[in-house]
Amino acid sequence: MSGQTLFEKVWQDHIVVPESDANPAVLYIDLHLIHEVTTPQAFDVLRERGLPVRRPDLTLATMDHSTPTVPVPTLGDLDIVAEPAAAGQIRQMIDNCNEFGIALEGFESQHRGIVHVIGPELGATQPGKTMVCGDSHSSTHGAFGALAFGIGSTEVGHVLATQTLLQRRPKTMAINITGTLKPGVGAKDVVLALIGQIGVDGGVGHVMEYRGSVIRSLSMEQRMTICNMTIEGGARAGMIAPDDTTVQYLSGRPRVPQGADWDAAVARWLALPSDDDAHFDREVSLDVSKLAPQVTFGTNPGMVVPVTGHIPADTGDLSFRKALDYMGLEAGQAMIGTPVDVVFVGSCTNSRLSDLRETAAVLKGRKVSGQVRMLVVPGSQSIKQQAEAEGLDKIFTAAGAEWREAGCSMCLGMNGDVVPPGKLCVSTSNRNFEGRQGVGARTVLASPQTAAAAAIAGSIADPRELTNH
Amino acid sequence: MEKVTRIESATVVMPQTDIDTDQIMPARFLTTTTKEGLGDAAFSDWRYDDDGKPIPDFPLNRPGAAGSKVLVAGNNFGCGSSREHAPWGIVDFGFRAVISTQIADIFRNNSLKNGLVPVIVPDDVHAWLLANPGAKVTVDVASKTLTLPDGRSVEFPLDGFSQHCLLEGVDQLGYLQSQDAAIDQFEKARSWQP
Ligand code: SF4
Repeated sequence: MSGQTLFEKVWQDHIVVPESDANPAVLYIDLHLIHEVTTPQAFDVLRERGLPVRRPDLTLATMDHSTPTVPVPTLGDLDIVAEPAAAGQIRQMIDNCNEFGIALEGFESQHRGIVHVIGPELGATQPGKTMVCGDSHSSTHGAFGALAFGIGSTEVGHVLATQTLLQRRPKTMAINITGTLKPGVGAKDVVLALIGQIGVDGGVGHVMEYRGSVIRSLSMEQRMTICNMTIEGGARAGMIAPDDTTVQYLSGRPRVPQGADWDAAVARWLALPSDDDAHFDREVSLDVSKLAPQVTFGTNPGMVVPVTGHIPADTGDLSFRKALDYMGLEAGQAMIGTPVDVVFVGSCTNSRLSDLRETAAVLKGRKVSGQVRMLVVPGSQSIKQQAEAEGLDKIFTAAGAEWREAGCSMCLGMNGDVVPPGKLCVSTSNRNFEGRQGVGARTVLASPQTAAAAAIAGSIADPRELTNH
Repeated sequence: MEKVTRIESATVVMPQTDIDTDQIMPARFLTTTTKEGLGDAAFSDWRYDDDGKPIPDFPLNRPGAAGSKVLVAGNNFGCGSSREHAPWGIVDFGFRAVISTQIADIFRNNSLKNGLVPVIVPDDVHAWLLANPGAKVTVDVASKTLTLPDGRSVEFPLDGFSQHCLLEGVDQLGYLQSQDAAIDQFEKARSWQP
């Protein structure tokens, strides 16, 4: 018998009732992340049936999606800064958490922020856990060797009521990332190139495990950027085996086990990596030695080229033509020099402290181009504090960028931070779908460095020319 | 959930590949706290012009679309955001089945919980359906088959549990609640606590 993969070890450890031909497995969930947008209908189901939340202690709640990124000093201010429907949704989240006994990282909390940023930051995200959220970027937490995936609101109700989910076992896919990254090229470029290679449906039905020397050399923040975008390749979840980098990141965080329990946990975590003889259903390799910074040109994250490259030639494909038509770009054109109207640095892909530092390194002593509006939105209130302690906020505002409170913001434009119709935004988020950042908005996905370089040039630019790489 | 057994309908065709859930239900409609009324918002940015008027040649606005129960879409339908508002909108519009060569995992899961049958078909059948909008087809959940107007039938994948839930209108939460003793036992017996 061959050994087990990381995924199989975590899956096996959470089977309450095994899968059969007739029934899916009942899978236990160790941590349920909830936010204001995908939970109201789920709490309604509990209320209708008179059910309590089974494990409020395993539920981590915050507000991020429709939440304003301007200060909300008191709840009364909410109605001034937020649309009525968004304000109503936020109030309902507060009420639901109160009614069902769930602690909420709300406006007064230093830990409020994007749900996928605060889980790791609090140390609530841990290797070997099963984690879900009514949000597809739950895949982010897989960077720690957790099995984490997105669910819909009906399933949010299932987890609230029973702490379990009905699941069929997915297939496994090894993603081997080899070579050596060149200076100025980072995790965001790697994952964009990967999605360009396998396509936005390349991972459907699979859990990916990212492996290889490049992955080992990445920080936890960079690993999170990669796992975050797993869903853009269609996969159910992405995972990275825990190692010393993982343990060091978690050490001392508020929600990790303490004392002897910590030692036991670390021993358990370090036994999770896939066995040498483990079998994957599929394997894909990507050599990143020649990789340049990547940008998207179309309306899904698989439509990607090097920043120094050209949009592919027209093959007559309808979706390709529709995408270019929407973007206002031409087949065969160079990406560099494309005029930019808005730059957004933020989202659960790239809003952590290291992303803000990279952005600041490019912006320092420079000015954002006069025709560009630049928004920098930290992933959590504690990241905001740390960035301010380092003086990063001063670099952003001196360059002419806006510095905001934590939230999803312009990643999906639910809170009033939107890109106007027809305007082109270079964004560090994860989705360039039509209308994602606002009706008619055009999105180019890129790394924080590439986004910052575009802000200064007023057009798409190679960041390596500004950072001496 | 309503029982879903047999769906007979003319199709509506949306040929684009990789239609994501941001297109199916744009984010600005997600501030709702109920499931109702999302049918009018489905595909909003493709369906209405800047003044909010229906664009006549968009598939959902063509004559006959309002009564259709079967949507045929390009490859890889429903990718992107996990928002269940997407299938809620499609079901509220009136569809009971969606046909493609591939359907994204989360969308597929969400669909099955809302009585929307995900029907995966081979490329040749898909090509024919894309080329023949308005074709009268039958989706039969009991036999897991799609039947075309010329009588040709193809089987589509559907696991036994999902099939049972559709046919009987069974709600999966009830099933999970019936496993309560096993869940208690699991929580007590595990070697570490989260
Ligand atoms: S930042 Fe964007 S992708 Fe991440 S959770 Fe928020 S809306 Fe979703």
